[in-house]
Amino acid sequence: MPKYSLKINGEKRSVEVDSDTPLLWVLRDEIGLVGTKYGCGIGQCGSCTVHVDGSATRSCLLQVSQAEGVNITTIEGLSKDGDHPVQKAWLEHDVPQCGYCQAGQIMTAAALLKSNPNPSDKEIDATMSGNICRCGTYLRIKQAVKTASKL
Amino acid sequence: MTLVKTQYNRRSFLKVSVAAGGGMLIGFSWLTGCTSDKKIEKIAIPNEWFEINGYIKIGDTGLVTIYSPNPEIGQNVRTSMPMIVAEELDVDWNNVVVEQAPLNTGFYQNQFAGGSLSIRLSWNALRMAGATARRMLMEAAAKEWSVSVADLTVTKGIIKETNGERTVSYGKIASNAVGMEIPEEVELKEIKNFELIGTSKKNVDGKKIITGEPLFGLDFTREGMQLAMIQHPPAFGMKVKDFNEAEIKAMPGITDAFIIDTAIDEPDWNDEKGFLQQIAIVGDSTWQLMKAKKAIKANWETVSELESSEMHTIKLEQALASGSGTIEQARKDGNPEAAFKKAAKVIERTYTSPFMAHNTMEPMNFFANVTENSAELIGPTQMPEPLEKSVSKLLNMPIENITVNMTRMGGGFGRRLYVHYGLEAAIISKKTGTPVKLIYTREDDMTQGTYRPAYQATYKAGLDENNNLIAFSVKGAGLPEGPIFPNRFPAGTVENYSAEKIDTETNVTTGAWRAPRSHFTAGAEQSFLDEVAELAGKDPIDFRLELFDRAITNPVGEKNEYEAERYAGVLKLVKEKSNWGEKTPGVHRGVAAYFCHSTYVAEVVDLVLENGNPKVKKVWCAVDCGIVVNPDAAVNMIEGGVIDGIGHAMYSELTFNNGAPNESNFDRYQLIRHSQAPEEIEVFFVKNEIDPTGLGEPGLPPAVGALANAIYAATGQRLTQQPFAKYLKPEKIIG
Ligand code: FES
Ligand code: FES
Repeated sequence: MPKYSLKINGEKRSVEVDSDTPLLWVLRDEIGLVGTKYGCGIGQCGSCTVHVDGSATRSCLLQVSQAEGVNITTIEGLSKDGDHPVQKAWLEHDVPQCGYCQAGQIMTAAALLKSNPNPSDKEIDATMSGNICRCGTYLRIKQAVKTASKL
Repeated sequence: MTLVKTQYNRRSFLKVSVAAGGGMLIGFSWLTGCTSDKKIEKIAIPNEWFEINGYIKIGDTGLVTIYSPNPEIGQNVRTSMPMIVAEELDVDWNNVVVEQAPLNTGFYQNQFAGGSLSIRLSWNALRMAGATARRMLMEAAAKEWSVSVADLTVTKGIIKETNGERTVSYGKIASNAVGMEIPEEVELKEIKNFELIGTSKKNVDGKKIITGEPLFGLDFTREGMQLAMIQHPPAFGMKVKDFNEAEIKAMPGITDAFIIDTAIDEPDWNDEKGFLQQIAIVGDSTWQLMKAKKAIKANWETVSELESSEMHTIKLEQALASGSGTIEQARKDGNPEAAFKKAAKVIERTYTSPFMAHNTMEPMNFFANVTENSAELIGPTQMPEPLEKSVSKLLNMPIENITVNMTRMGGGFGRRLYVHYGLEAAIISKKTGTPVKLIYTREDDMTQGTYRPAYQATYKAGLDENNNLIAFSVKGAGLPEGPIFPNRFPAGTVENYSAEKIDTETNVTTGAWRAPRSHFTAGAEQSFLDEVAELAGKDPIDFRLELFDRAITNPVGEKNEYEAERYAGVLKLVKEKSNWGEKTPGVHRGVAAYFCHSTYVAEVVDLVLENGNPKVKKVWCAVDCGIVVNPDAAVNMIEGGVIDGIGHAMYSELTFNNGAPNESNFDRYQLIRHSQAPEEIEVFFVKNEIDPTGLGEPGLPPAVGALANAIYAATGQRLTQQPFAKYLKPEKIIG
């Protein structure tokens, strides 16, 4: 199997996997970073969102062979102690129900606020609509994004 | 003061003991890693722990562990159940850490998540666990100081002499409680004296969730563990014959492939499952398994009819029209036939709703490690005890040799009441002789059955010349079970009433889905009543309140399930809070109220048209669920229920062709998304001292009816078929 050298959360990791393996499964199966979640595998739910050079990316659609030479950030590396403004806002609004979709929601929100520090409701809707929450925590997510934009 | 006997569950009140092995009841490192947040770092780690009873463990530094007995599916019981224990124990919530209890039928009852019953069924047991421990620690202090318990008080885990200076913490005195007798009787707090219950406490797992720590079944791992996947037949009515086993086994990363059979003798309802015989593949990595799954070439044989959605619709229509299927006259009051004949106005409507999938965001998965004489199961299940029983039957192994541990679940909604995927993991592990984690793909998850059934129901009402409701009938057919609650509203308010339940057959397997049947009946009945009120020329809330008056002063029949005062109470509350009488230009309103899972909920939906599309601006909710344990989390539950109800009514359906579901992932199966969610939801709880009832489900059903009624107000279209978005005619919108 081919070898790949990846930069994840600031650390170099090398893995030996099939070249078409999605980054999602490299993270979960090979590296043991399981905060990034599997929900659909086809780019529809957003559970697997990570940052690639700062932009929100569906890790289920990114093949490992395309993931070399970029900076990958997962939920585990978003902040040192869960103190990224988005994470703090998530705790303040006590957003999660089951919690499964939340890592993906947080990663999408964090990338949004980086590129657009003061998004309007419509902009939040448009960006966050790629992330499904079956439990229906959408209102709290929106409130938390707004709170985070002020932190 | 409420004195209660402690025999509620004597077995869970074993004598206090020094906990073995550092005090981990489970002795299982991955799950004990699932203690809540980082309190352990703030308070010194105890050198010794004392098991006070099955729910409480006290460390010598004052740290308190409370075991949360029930499975956590997002209903937040891992916070609210320990809160109840901590209230009666009288400890500082900041000193409490929460651990998931393993399945232990000797210690706990009702270790399941279903029917919105967790808090309702365990309310007394949890209070008693806390109160008993408090009493025993006080007795230990009383003995130490040679005073009577009556001379002591407790605040936040510190015992104090009423007429003296001495104080001692629970942590310091716990060792003295070792070997003490369990009190015969304990005192429970007065409800008005609650300090913790009724205050909002954050989710104990919040920090772990937002930092991506391993919590879910899918995250579980164990040294030497292999991964496994299943492939089920492509259609209901098909069975696997054989497959290209040698080819699959030769694929990279695949260690084994074989056919499994999880049929057991005398299956219980939790054993419902689309397919009992399936192909299993075992390997090292998820991706290689997914590729191998795609390479399967199997021969499937057709063993029963391959059904389609058209057939389903016809079957239900025929059942309603000609009474094919199994008919049960579930209730009859007075003489509905005669009353309809003499009615001045009669109205009849038929409502339909399709099959739906659960679609928990975390797909089904389970870990199993089966050896010759033991089986260890770890994963997401709402029903650990039935899982243990079924595994015992499947492996022909005594129940004592089987352990089940529960992980946090990425959603339940009824889906994980069914235990088959645990059985599949067990049988695969038995075959390979290794620990195995079975993983479903989204497609496996969405296409393998245990769906929300498909329904059709006809409602009919008759009004006299003074617009009084004199006759009401409902006939409900379901694939497979008719959606009828014969003794719910409006039963009890109408002289002439009938409810008929019609069950019809299908080979598509179905199961409980958040607020089973209620999610349909509430939508149908509450939109129908809106139309009846309109026909009677009455305001929809006043019309319902009139009916409740009847049920309060002079109810028809004796078996009515609901308390009319409380039902009317939530309607009045929502009327007041939403300023029901006031009209805002461009805002269209719909109302509904429903009672299920022992809880009353009324909702008003405010809707606007944006470019001709309905958009929910605000939902007002009034809820009577008795005592609210954790208010902000309770609001979260209701918000979730409302969004879930609106989303599924509006967008979701699973259709069939030749026995196979047409939707297998979120590209075709539509779930509500951020931009479609209501912009605001406000929740008001009725304040009372009634023991708490369900919250996970009751917020959902009325949302369906209130939405339909608001859409009518906005567009003039009475939508009777779900999903509404499919049947709404944009060109006919008059708003
Ligand atoms: S798992 Fe990647 S978008 Fe759903
Ligand atoms: S919190 Fe459960 S799916 Fe979002």
